[in-house]
Amino acid sequence: MSEKEIDQTSGIETTGHEWDGIKELNNPLPRWWLWTFYATIVFSIGYMVWYPSIPLWNASTEGLSGETTRSLLQEELAAVRSARAETVEKLAATDLESIRADAELSRFATAGGASIFKVYCTQCHGSGAAGSPGYPNLNDDDWLWGGDLESIYLSIKHGIRNGVDDDARDSLMPSFGADELLDKEEINAVTEFVLQISDQEHDAALAGTGREIFADNCSSCHGADGKGDREFGAPNLADAIALYGTSRADLKAQLHQPKHGVMPPWGDKLGETGVKQLAIYVHGLGGGEKAKAE
Amino acid sequence: MRNGTEPIILGAATLLAVLGAAFAQDELFRAHAWVLVAVLAATTIVLMRRVEFAPAGQTLPPKDTSGYMDDVIRFGAVATLFWGIVGFLVGVVIAAQLAWPWLNIEPWFNFGRLRPLHTSAVIFAFGGNALLCTSFYVVQRTCRARLFGGNLAWFVFWGYQLFIVMAATGYLLGVTQSKEYAEPEWYVDLWLTVVWVAYLIVYLGTIVRRKEPHIYVANWFYLSFIITVAMLHLVNNAAVPVSFLGVKSYSAFSGVQDALTQWWYGHNAVGFFLTAGFLGMMYYFVPKQANRPVYSYRLSIIHFWALIFLYIWAGPHHLHYTALPDWAQTLGMVFSIMLWMPSWGGMINGLMTLQGAWDKLRTDPVLRMMVMSLAFYGMSTFEGPMMSIKSVNSLSHYTDWTIGHVHSGALGWNGMVTFGALYYLVPKLWNRERLYSLQLVNWHLWLATLGIVIYAAVMWVAGITQGLMWREYDDQGFLVNSFVETVSAIHPEYVMRTVGGLLYLGGAFVMAYNIWRTIRGDVRQEKAMGGAAAVPAAAPAQ
Repeated sequence: MSEKEIDQTSGIETTGHEWDGIKELNNPLPRWWLWTFYATIVFSIGYMVWYPSIPLWNASTEGLSGETTRSLLQEELAAVRSARAETVEKLAATDLESIRADAELSRFATAGGASIFKVYCTQCHGSGAAGSPGYPNLNDDDWLWGGDLESIYLSIKHGIRNGVDDDARDSLMPSFGADELLDKEEINAVTEFVLQISDQEHDAALAGTGREIFADNCSSCHGADGKGDREFGAPNLADAIALYGTSRADLKAQLHQPKHGVMPPWGDKLGETGVKQLAIYVHGLGGGEKAKAE
Repeated sequence: MRNGTEPIILGAATLLAVLGAAFAQDELFRAHAWVLVAVLAATTIVLMRRVEFAPAGQTLPPKDTSGYMDDVIRFGAVATLFWGIVGFLVGVVIAAQLAWPWLNIEPWFNFGRLRPLHTSAVIFAFGGNALLCTSFYVVQRTCRARLFGGNLAWFVFWGYQLFIVMAATGYLLGVTQSKEYAEPEWYVDLWLTVVWVAYLIVYLGTIVRRKEPHIYVANWFYLSFIITVAMLHLVNNAAVPVSFLGVKSYSAFSGVQDALTQWWYGHNAVGFFLTAGFLGMMYYFVPKQANRPVYSYRLSIIHFWALIFLYIWAGPHHLHYTALPDWAQTLGMVFSIMLWMPSWGGMINGLMTLQGAWDKLRTDPVLRMMVMSLAFYGMSTFEGPMMSIKSVNSLSHYTDWTIGHVHSGALGWNGMVTFGALYYLVPKLWNRERLYSLQLVNWHLWLATLGIVIYAAVMWVAGITQGLMWREYDDQGFLVNSFVETVSAIHPEYVMRTVGGLLYLGGAFVMAYNIWRTIRGDVRQEKAMGGAAAVPAAAPAQ
C-alpha cells in the first residue's frame, strides 16, 4: 500500500491504494452524471405513481392514470369496432351480389378481405394469392369448385376435404395404379391422352388407346372432353394447369395414387361477415365469375 | 507417482458414461452419453500419459507453487480465441441461413439448432473463457496471491470446456429445454453447477488469501458476476427430469411465471455475465494498458452498487405488452431507465482513465480497441434503457432492432474489450517482448468496427421497417402487410448483416494469426504507428 499522493498529470489526489501498479484518483462523482441519475429516479417515481406499479395482496396499485396495457388495447379495439359497426351491420344484412354492386360496401369488404387473407391464407396461397405447388392460384379463372361469389363463399366457409365440416367440399379420385384398377400400360396410355388434350408433346398412337380408357374410367368426373366438372372439384385436364404438375411423370404419379387438396373450414373462425369479405376479395382478384343463372 | 489420481477418476467417469449410454431411456440421451464417453476416454488417455514415476528409492521433487498460476490462463487465452472464432463462424452461417433459407441443412444444421449454438458459443464459450482466464489473471495480480485450491483451477477450466462441448453437441442433436440462453438440459446444468461452485471457491479463496489490504474494484465485479450467475442458473434451471437416464425435463415454473423467471435470468445473464464480468476485465486492463490511475474511486463504488442493485429487477422489460401483469412491466421499465447512469459509470471511469494519456491512442491500437469497446458499451447501455420504454418497445419488440442492439453490445463491447485484454495478456503470458504486429491489431480493430457498424445500422433499418410494417393499418383499420411481406422487405438487410458478420470474423482471423505468431516468438519489423518514433512518448507519471 502506498501513501496518498498527487497525480502529476491531472493534479488530483490518489486514494493511496495500489494494486499491481494500478492506483485510483480521488475524483468526485461527475455532477452531470449524478444529476442525470437523480432525474431518472424522479422520472421513475412519477411513472410508478401514474401507472400500476406496486404489487399488493390481491391486485396492484392502479396508478393515477387508471390505464393498463390491457385497457389501452380494449379502447383501441372498441374504437375500431364502433367506427366499423354500421358498415359491418350492413354487410351482414346484404347478400353477396348486392355487396359487390354497392361501391362503399364493396370497397370495405375488399379491404377487410385482403387483411384477413394476409393473416390466414397467405401461408398456402401466397401473399399475392398466386398459389404455390399444391395450392391453387386464385388470380386466374381456372376454378376447381367454382368461381362465382356463392361458390367461393361456400368453399371458404366449409373448406375442402377437411373431415371437420360436414358441408365441406368433398370428392376422391381413385388410386388407379396403387389399387390396381388400371395396369401400367393403361396408365401410360391415359397419360398420353391427357398430354394430347392439353396440347403437350405426346405419343399419338398410345393416346388413341388412352382416349377409350379415359372414357370408361375418368370421364364421369372429368367429362368426356377432359374439361373437368366443378360439381366434383374435378380439374380441367385440357388447360395444362394442374396443382401437382403437368409433366408426364407428374400425371402418372397422380394416376397411380392421387394427391388431394385440403382446406380448413373458415366459417366459425372468421364469422359470417369475415367469410363474406374474403369471398368478395378473392372474387375481385381477377378470375371472379358471374353468378350462375338460377 | 504423480498425476496418478486424475486418470483413475476420469477412467471411472468414462465407465459411468458407458453405463449411461447402455441404460439410456431415449435415443438422444444414448447419443449424448456416447459423446461424453468419447470426450472422457480421450481425456483419460491424455492424462495417463502425464503420470510421472520417481526412480526407485527416490521421491519426485515437489513442484514449484510459489509464483502465480499462469498455465491455466495460457490455456484459457487460447480457448477464448478458439471458441470466439467458432462462435463468430456459426453466427455468419446462421445470418446467411436467414438470408438464403436453402442453407438450412436438416436436421442437425438448421437455424433452430445452430442459433443456440451461436449464442452459447459466443456468450458462454468465448465470453465465459475470457472471463475465466482474465479473472484468474487479475485476481492473482491484484491480490498478490497464487490461485487458491491447487489444481482446482484446472478442474474449473476443463470442466467448463466439457460443459461447452456437452451443451453444443446437445443443441445439434436436438437436446434443449427451450429456454433462451439456458438451453442445456438438466444433466448439463447440474454439471455446470459443480464447475461453477469450484470456480467460486477458487476465486473467493484467492481473495481471502490476498496480500493487499483492499479488494480491487475489478474483483468486486468479477465476484458479483460469479455469485449472481450461480443464483440465476440455479433458479431458472429448476426442473424435474422425466428419467435420470433421459434428456427430457419439466421446468418447475409454468405460464407467465416461467416467462418472468426466464427473463429475469436472461436479462441478468446480460447484466452480470456480459456487463459486470466484463467491467471487471475493463477495470484491470484499461488502466494497465493506458498506464494511468483509475479516474474515480467514488464513481466505481457508487456505480458498482447501483448497477448490482438495479440490474436484477430490469428483466420484465422483455415482456412488455404480454400476459405479465402491468405492475411488473412498469417496474421492469423504470428499473431499466434508472440503470442508464450506473451503466455509464463504467464507461466514464474507463474513458476518463485515459485523461492525460489520450495521445497514446495515436500509437497504441490495443488501447484504441479498448476505447472503442467502451464507446460501444456506452452506446448500447443507452439504447437498452431507451428500448425498455414501453412506447419504444411497442415498435422495437420482436424485431431485428433487438438483434442489432444485442450485437452492438456483444461485438462492440464484449468482443473488443476481450480482444484488447488478449492482446495485453498474450505477450505477458508467453514472456514475449511485444505482440508480433501492431499493424495487424489495427487491421483487426477497423475490420471489427466496420463489421459492427454495418451490422448495427442494417438491423436498425430492418427492425424499424418490420416494426412499422407490422403495425400498419389502413384508414378502415385493416392490416396492410402480411407477415411474409415484412420478411421479404428486409432481405437486403439480411444480406448486408451477413457481410458485417464476415468482416468481424475476418478481424478475428487476423487476431488469431497475430497471436499465433506472437506465441511462436516472432516479431514483425514494421513502422511505428502514428509517428511514434518522431514523438517520444511522454514519461508516465510514476
